[in-house]
Amino acid sequence: MTLLWILLLPLLGTLVPVLTANWRRSACATATAIPPAIALMLLFYHSSAIFAGESFRYTLGWIPLLGLDVSIRLDGLAFLFSLLILGIGLLIILYARYYLSEQDSMPRFYAYLMLFMTAMMGIVLSNNVLQLWLFWELTSISSFLLISFWWHKSEARRGARMALTVTGAGGLCLLAALLLLGQITGSYDLDVILASGAVIQQHAWYPLVLVLFLLGCFTKSAQFPFHFWLPNAMAAPTPVSAYLHSATMVKAGIFLLARFYPAMAGTDLWFLLVSMTGLTTLLVGAYLALFKHDLKGLLAYSTISHLGLITLLFGMGTDLAAVAGVFHIINHATFKASLFMAAGIIDHESGSRDMRKLNGLWHFMPITATLAMVAAAAMAGVPLLNGFLSKEMFFVETLQQHLLGSLSWIIPVLATVAGVFSVAYSTRFIHDVFFNGKPKGLTKTPHEPPRYMRMPVEVLVVLCILVGIAPGYIVGDLLHAASSSVLGGTVPEYSLAIWHGFNVALLMSVVALAGGALIYINRKHLFDFQNTLPGVDAINTFELAMKSLAKRCQQFYGRLDNGSLQRYLVFLLSAVVVLAGLPLLQLDTLFGGRPELPVDAVNATGAAMLLITAFATVVFHRQRVVALLMISVVGLMVSIAFTRFSAPDLALTQLSVEVVTIILLMLALFFLPHKTPKQSSPTRVIRDISLASMVGVVIGSISYAIMTRPFNTISDYFLANAKTGGGGTNVVNVILVDFRGFDTFGEIAVLGIASLGIFKLLTRIPVFKPSSDGEGRPWALERHPVLLATVSQSLLPLALMVSVFIFFRGHNLPGGGFIAGLVTAVALILQYIAHGVEWVKSRMNIEYQRVVAVGLMIALVTGVASWLFNKPFLTSWFDYFDIPLLGKIELASAIAFDAGVYVTVVGSTLLILASLGKMTTSHRPVHTESI
Amino acid sequence: MESLLAGCIGFLTACGVFLMLRGRTFPVVVGLTMLAYAVNLFLFSSGRLTLQGAAVLGTTDNYADPLPQALVLTAIVIGFAMTAYLVILAIRARADLGNDHVDGKLPETESSRKESR
Repeated sequence: MTLLWILLLPLLGTLVPVLTANWRRSACATATAIPPAIALMLLFYHSSAIFAGESFRYTLGWIPLLGLDVSIRLDGLAFLFSLLILGIGLLIILYARYYLSEQDSMPRFYAYLMLFMTAMMGIVLSNNVLQLWLFWELTSISSFLLISFWWHKSEARRGARMALTVTGAGGLCLLAALLLLGQITGSYDLDVILASGAVIQQHAWYPLVLVLFLLGCFTKSAQFPFHFWLPNAMAAPTPVSAYLHSATMVKAGIFLLARFYPAMAGTDLWFLLVSMTGLTTLLVGAYLALFKHDLKGLLAYSTISHLGLITLLFGMGTDLAAVAGVFHIINHATFKASLFMAAGIIDHESGSRDMRKLNGLWHFMPITATLAMVAAAAMAGVPLLNGFLSKEMFFVETLQQHLLGSLSWIIPVLATVAGVFSVAYSTRFIHDVFFNGKPKGLTKTPHEPPRYMRMPVEVLVVLCILVGIAPGYIVGDLLHAASSSVLGGTVPEYSLAIWHGFNVALLMSVVALAGGALIYINRKHLFDFQNTLPGVDAINTFELAMKSLAKRCQQFYGRLDNGSLQRYLVFLLSAVVVLAGLPLLQLDTLFGGRPELPVDAVNATGAAMLLITAFATVVFHRQRVVALLMISVVGLMVSIAFTRFSAPDLALTQLSVEVVTIILLMLALFFLPHKTPKQSSPTRVIRDISLASMVGVVIGSISYAIMTRPFNTISDYFLANAKTGGGGTNVVNVILVDFRGFDTFGEIAVLGIASLGIFKLLTRIPVFKPSSDGEGRPWALERHPVLLATVSQSLLPLALMVSVFIFFRGHNLPGGGFIAGLVTAVALILQYIAHGVEWVKSRMNIEYQRVVAVGLMIALVTGVASWLFNKPFLTSWFDYFDIPLLGKIELASAIAFDAGVYVTVVGSTLLILASLGKMTTSHRPVHTESI
Repeated sequence: MESLLAGCIGFLTACGVFLMLRGRTFPVVVGLTMLAYAVNLFLFSSGRLTLQGAAVLGTTDNYADPLPQALVLTAIVIGFAMTAYLVILAIRARADLGNDHVDGKLPETESSRKESR
């Protein structure tokens, strides 16, 4: 539980500065420092156990079924990083109190800083890789906020955007890698993943996983060629640079390298990618650092170079190299954070960071100068300071690796070259700033900073010296514990002594120191040479690249999404052809073994008519009335097909729906053009025909394949239980109103909703009402033919009687609520057609939307009624009664439900057609002259 | 027989798809109606074809599969509701936008492009 608090305290700390925003600055800063201080104490509470080689775990169940838990793990490596994050974080809080001016919003800064601290703690303490990734992204976001803290500066905004883009893109790669790892190992648990190194490395996906994983690490840790964001992030306030860009965030990538070392490292690919990237970064960073005139720019490139050094150490693949890597993480964090803070002090107290202006500050701020010089000396690797020790270990390791076969000697040489430049830029930092004449053109006179602003630097510099002199006492246990969790338990023998005797590594150090001094003395020639090279403006290049990328994406997207529904449909149908067609290609034969029924003359005629009329619909589709007539024949043939293949209910439904559909489309043609203009180009027509044929071929083949295959139906249950359980012999109807009654209820609800939607769509529609048909012929004067009026009136009672008959027999013979409802609707619509809306309305003034509601209510109440008998929703009940004269009849609750269906169907159909019809007939303009 | 019906289903699908790919609303509605026939027949045929076997108990020994029939029955009715909705949408679109193209605006033809220059 204390583990959880170590993580939670910084998170709670995010709120503290916001709540104490109105306090005095020092009080606010102190309050902010309390939660991380407590977290640090909790951490120390675990220290003895950690140094003894133990590790702690804590899991809080969240969604156990998905393997998602809040899972924390504290081992040596996590301890080391937590110490850096919390310890340096506290120093930064103190430092920022004095660094930020009165105009800057200190609470906002602290809130961002604490958020960032939480994110970093989350990364190092996570025991679940998805949780780790979440915090990883949070560092990107919170560092964006911190870099853009001075958002009124354009360079801050641009730098922040660049950092977010690069690290965010890397984060996505990392997510992919972690998900793949989860797939390979079957778990997102870090313990499991770390323990399955062999499985991962033998898996076919390993190269992909490794590359994605390294992309995530390298972007975060500013490795070449992704290093360019770090110098641009220097637009951030200096406390941010000291914290994020020296000690913590850029180390997150290194942390991952170390964390996943047992799982991912050990292959040739790892050595090649990691060590070569590290080596390149080491050299490029060290070289470029020398030429930066900006103090923070120099430190930024130096950081890049040192990060490259650590990466190279982890890439060498020997246990000792990994130990050296861990050691250098500690050392680099201490000296670089103090250097950044010193640079901030110089900037703060002299008003400039430009080394061409800053000279001879020794006279103005001797204490700060001494501190900075010690830290810079540690950076250069001067003996008796911590940087010397890890650099020495690094040189030893470069001598002992065999990465490049017989060319391996090149690595120690290049390492020495990097060391030379490292000494050169450190010397420049010291000599240019503190000596080398007098300041030029400074806006204010430099002076020593406030006492407590210098304190964090003092603490870190003292640590540099202490580690440098007595490494074993100060960091021995920490290093051992951290290395042991990197290496998975076994730590090789190593000695942290200052003096190892005269050896090659010492010689390399001496060469680096001497060479560095030499280069610095002759720097003018090198600067002249560097100035002749074409400069690369990273930020503009990056933004141009981003812009062109965005433009390309837009172009691509524009091609997909051009606002043409036809094009989307083509994409969709092509996908159907591919997805449904490919499996068919793998099928040996379509025929499934079920014998076909014989074709007789009737069927052949029906099929021929179907095909001819369907074809005619397509051919005449521009003459819309003709197409409508043709498709009505298609519908008729379909209903005949249903009759032929033993589906009388379907045939009846299809027939009545056909009638209302055609009436509906006829009505619609009143408002729509009667002809379709010829617009498609011949190529478009050919494309559409071929696509349509392909879809047709695929669907037809699938249909044939299904029909000729034997199958086991679940319908036997319905057939067996229709009579005994549902009380009816028409199984289709019993399924509708009983077995699957709930589905039917949903379906009539949809029908009702559709009709109500249509009703709403038609209100206040600004319709165009033509006074003649498409060819200019006026509407017939005789609105309601006498013959039709007479016949339809006498037909109405007959039709209603038929519908009642169909309704009641539905439970046992073909029929039922759907069909009866449609028949009634058709009979009523005929009255509208024959007599007009006004005539019907004066005789039958019903609001059909109410009818729909009543129908749905009947169905619902029938369903709910079964609750009264402690039965589930829509349980049906039936019994037989002997009634005089009528004989023995059956009464079933399903009849009531079917009545609900009936009423809903009638109401919906009439609502749709009557609403539309009303608009065509009322106030129709008439040509008077054309009689 | 099965091959004949499968051929019909395929042909109806092809016709429906072709009409759906047209640019004006009415042919699209007709195409959808046609496709609905094909889909209904397809679903129905997944219960295999049976002659003289209406699923009414006591009338035959060889019942047709009633389940696809029940499903298709509601599908027909809902298909009608959807067709109607689409038709009304098309009418509304023409009333509000002044044309009956599916995209709500007439595509730029060569001549109109020249005019706008």
